[in-house]
Amino acid sequence: MLSSVSSADVEPIGRGVGHRTVDQLVSAARGGERRATARLLTLVERGGETASAVADAIWPQVGSGGTDAHVIGVTGPPGAGKSTLVAAWLTQLVAAGRRPAVLAVDPSSPLTGGAILGDRIRMSEASAAGVFIRSMATRGHAGGLALAVPGMVRVLELAGFDPVVVETVGVGQVEVDITSAADTCLVVVNPGMGDAVQANKAGLLEVADLFAVNKSDRPDAADVRRDLELMLDLSDMTGHRRPGVAERPAVISTTATTGAGMDELAAALDGHRDGLVSSGALHDRRRQRWRSEVRSHLAERLRRLADATVADLEPKDNRSPNALVEDLIASIFEELVEDVDSRCDRGD
Amino acid sequence: MDNDTPDQGSGEAPVRVVLAKLGLDGHDRGLKVVARMLRDAGMEVVYLGLRQTTETIIDAVEQEDADVVGISMLNAGHLTLGPRMVEALSQAGLDVPVIIGGIVPDDDRPAMAAAGVAGVLGPGASAEEVVACVQAACRRC
Ligand SMILES: Nc1nc2c(ncn2[C@@H]2O[C@H](COP(=O)(O)OP(=O)(O)OP(=O)(O)O)[C@@H](O)[C@H]2O)c(=O)[nH]1
Ligand SMILES: [Mg+2]
Repeated sequence: MLSSVSSADVEPIGRGVGHRTVDQLVSAARGGERRATARLLTLVERGGETASAVADAIWPQVGSGGTDAHVIGVTGPPGAGKSTLVAAWLTQLVAAGRRPAVLAVDPSSPLTGGAILGDRIRMSEASAAGVFIRSMATRGHAGGLALAVPGMVRVLELAGFDPVVVETVGVGQVEVDITSAADTCLVVVNPGMGDAVQANKAGLLEVADLFAVNKSDRPDAADVRRDLELMLDLSDMTGHRRPGVAERPAVISTTATTGAGMDELAAALDGHRDGLVSSGALHDRRRQRWRSEVRSHLAERLRRLADATVADLEPKDNRSPNALVEDLIASIFEELVEDVDSRCDRGD
Repeated sequence: MDNDTPDQGSGEAPVRVVLAKLGLDGHDRGLKVVARMLRDAGMEVVYLGLRQTTETIIDAVEQEDADVVGISMLNAGHLTLGPRMVEALSQAGLDVPVIIGGIVPDDDRPAMAAAGVAGVLGPGASAEEVVACVQAACRRC
């Protein structure tokens, strides 16, 4: 039940990658080989034992403190211009000598499990400039995203990318959680359509460190700015704010299609990170991110254990479901202890 | 390449397909239809859209760790651009099958196959044909 795989004996087979072990892929990715990085992302995304082997191989090199890379979550309503904005901003960063990467998450179809990942459409120029872009589907149960994304971010950090940007559509709770687990969370909204109100409902107001009011070329851009400032006033009064978020989020006007506002945006994001470093909040946020990652993995293991435990269960006349659970937990722990004992005896 | 090693992940991972329109103009209605067909068959489509170059396609195939690449092109471009794409991918060390979509006369198909193009899909291809073509190309990789 509690199997373990050492990273040395896993051999992923791949198209054009050849037969390389996880350790070989890790050192190639570390040396900047994009193909190895892409393959590691695939292995982590797939989950299971190979993903654990990759995590084990990378962890000592990245460590609990994380790297110097700035991890930035970008979220907001569908079509707000997140991809266009990320592309324009990161293209500028490349020109300034940085090495950015994006993980762009789009929903899978709940019916077929397939997905059309369209974020790259807006990122051709950024791709040509050298930005590393990886598209990702949510794949089935929402918990999968929470399991895979932190590990994939770590692969990109290992490969030396900075910043590492995660784009998600700000609708589902998991998506919002993932973006807000970043060092810095940027929320993109639009004029019209009551985006500020929508963002408020989706819980984006509390998690935002920064707002971009995109499509500022539109006539009603001033209105959304005002709505946003009003709602921030309100949350100032009620004290509704994410822990560790001391300052009122900055609101920056952008036009992603022309690049207007990108300099201010880049400066504000860098400034936010500097603030986190000097206040010590970066450390707190990363510890929080680490905890929620551990929690996701633990929850997944327990979920599987629960599935396996009830698979062949028959109703019992003398035990209520509630009482039965107490029995089951006791027997599961007994089994786990035996398992560990026998491994100790074997000297594993 | 061989593909015999069991998938060690949790469950079967979906096939990942990069779809792009190579060349300067045109529209991508047909390509969008193909994208939907593949999604409805449970595949993950990384959609690049219009005005792609061999370089942007290669970058996408590499970074997305794609299993197959599908390229749509203008009439009459297929004989030069198709083989050039195959060649460019293999020079980049990417052993990923290429499927060409567009109006390709039957007479040209042997030459395309000889150049390493894994499949050709005409404008009227049904969803079954499109999906079968991608699956067949994928099995050979
Ligand atoms: N007028 C105007 N249009 C913009 C601007 N930024 C983006 N757009 C357009 O808005 C549309 C959506 O842009 P995307 O970048 O795909 O938006 P997104 O938020 O990434 O969308 P999803 O990932 O699908 O949620 C595209 O047609 C863009 O060209 C802007 O600043 N002004
Ligand atoms: Mg997008």
